[in-house]
Amino acid sequence: MNNGTSLLKCSDVYVRFGGVMALSDVSMDVQEGTIAALIGPNGAGKTTLLNVITGMVAQTEGSIFFRLDDLSEAQPHIRSQKGMVRTFQNLEVFSHMTVLENVMTGAHNLYKYSVLDSIFKTPRYFSQEKKCREAAMEKLRFVGLEDDWNKNAVDLPYGKQRLLELARAICGDPVLLLLDEPAAGLNPKETSSLGRVIAAVRDELKITIVLVEHDMELVMSISDDITVLNFGQVIARGTPGEIQKNPEVIKAYLGSDD
Amino acid sequence: MEGKKGIFSFLIFVVITFGFPWMLTNDYYLSILILSGITAIGVVGLNLLLGYAGQISIGHAAFFGISAYTSAILTTNYGLSVGTGIFSGIALSSVVAVIIGIPALKLKALSLAMATLGFGLIVYIFLNETITLTGGPSGFVGIPRFNILGYDFYSDLAYYYLVAIILTFVIIISLNIINSRAGRALKAIHSSENAAMVMGINVARFKLFVFVLSAVFAATAGGLYAHYLSFVAPSSFDFHFSIKLIVMAVLGGMSSVWGGVIGALFLTSMPEFLRIYEELETILYGLILILCMMFMPQGIVGGIGKLSGFVMGMFSRGGGRNE
Repeated sequence: MNNGTSLLKCSDVYVRFGGVMALSDVSMDVQEGTIAALIGPNGAGKTTLLNVITGMVAQTEGSIFFRLDDLSEAQPHIRSQKGMVRTFQNLEVFSHMTVLENVMTGAHNLYKYSVLDSIFKTPRYFSQEKKCREAAMEKLRFVGLEDDWNKNAVDLPYGKQRLLELARAICGDPVLLLLDEPAAGLNPKETSSLGRVIAAVRDELKITIVLVEHDMELVMSISDDITVLNFGQVIARGTPGEIQKNPEVIKAYLGSDD
Repeated sequence: MEGKKGIFSFLIFVVITFGFPWMLTNDYYLSILILSGITAIGVVGLNLLLGYAGQISIGHAAFFGISAYTSAILTTNYGLSVGTGIFSGIALSSVVAVIIGIPALKLKALSLAMATLGFGLIVYIFLNETITLTGGPSGFVGIPRFNILGYDFYSDLAYYYLVAIILTFVIIISLNIINSRAGRALKAIHSSENAAMVMGINVARFKLFVFVLSAVFAATAGGLYAHYLSFVAPSSFDFHFSIKLIVMAVLGGMSSVWGGVIGALFLTSMPEFLRIYEELETILYGLILILCMMFMPQGIVGGIGKLSGFVMGMFSRGGGRNE
């Protein structure tokens, strides 16, 4: 499995919030074309690591390499333009827009034209908008939301808003997609269909995925590679089979007797 | 101007604005309409900033003032043409907007409100204190009437049409920006700056863009104001005027370009009509504002939308719902 090329490399990342060490000496390698899961108990630092990777939290030490570029100091929108997109644990759909507009916003840097093109409604405006709308509709079909395209984003039920965030994230044709607890708040049926969509993102769209998730059934069924964090440190990494048997991991999740 | 509803709204605006005021025989009404139109240009711009991008500015009167005074001084004291004067006023306002905007837009919500408030007060004090340049609190007189290519807009009707044409352009520009990639970016920033960044939107750049654009519209309005009244005083561009602009945007409807136009017309003309009630004027003014916000929390445009939806529902009852 690990014969692909390394897409994302976090090396020796430390994050200190005041006196709290949120991450210490965390390194992670994500291979192209895989789903790399990041698991661990609450407060282990999973979301912090995602924030560091996407540039929303600055690391105290360490570096982030993405496709061999050193993006350690890059701003979030620059990292996005390089092909790194994420979703959020607490839904962040754009509430003042329709479902379709939300997804079109995901392709912000894919179908470009200037403000002057939009003011004068040039042919470029129309052709780029048309391409953008078609791409967004295609992504909505991909996640199964095509019938809701004209609704206000906030009117969608919770589970569909999760899918909308996913559609918006893949509309920019990212290379790497980081999902922060995509199954949180979903029922088992919704979770298993979400699992199929996530696997399809990897297999059909060829997008590499970093998955932070608590639902172990989902993680074990679709991940290629798992990294386990506890108290800000990597305590294990391996295939789902290896992780399930790892005594350190079992101890972290269930607690030990001493 | 997306969709049938957008084109319909635009046509109604054009017909009412251009088709009817020549019938007005009363110059007083016409001057209220002119001032409403000038203010609307500024409020539509402020609404892009406030209603779409979700960034508050309590100092927008300053951009009106900077432009009005720049053009007044250049045309009256230095004999430049009115066109050059207004253009210089707009240019200076946008430069100031860039200088103020870069640090201020890093602030959020209330901090941004305080920063822009401070900026507005500084400009107001500057206009009051630099007496040799601006004439100080007693104002600046003798500003030439707007003229371009040898045509003087001396009649109020001509000036009205000038303002109407410029307002129409401002509306078209605003609508076209909103229905575009930039408009989506602004709305995204309003909902969630984090998510906007993740979509690759350069949040700082788009905030600055809309701040400067709204300053340009405010400055355009300021220039038209100075060359209409031939007189400007700092008190026209004080804190209260900044607040009034925000109230117009909120009352008209924040997430609508038309909201800015209707809010400006409503709040510019209402005090004039309430004047006959003398001492009750302020109380009635406040009461009307409260009632509007109670029954139309989405603003007047939202209220009209709801009402027309209700009326359409009455007619199509039993014929199935169509959305």
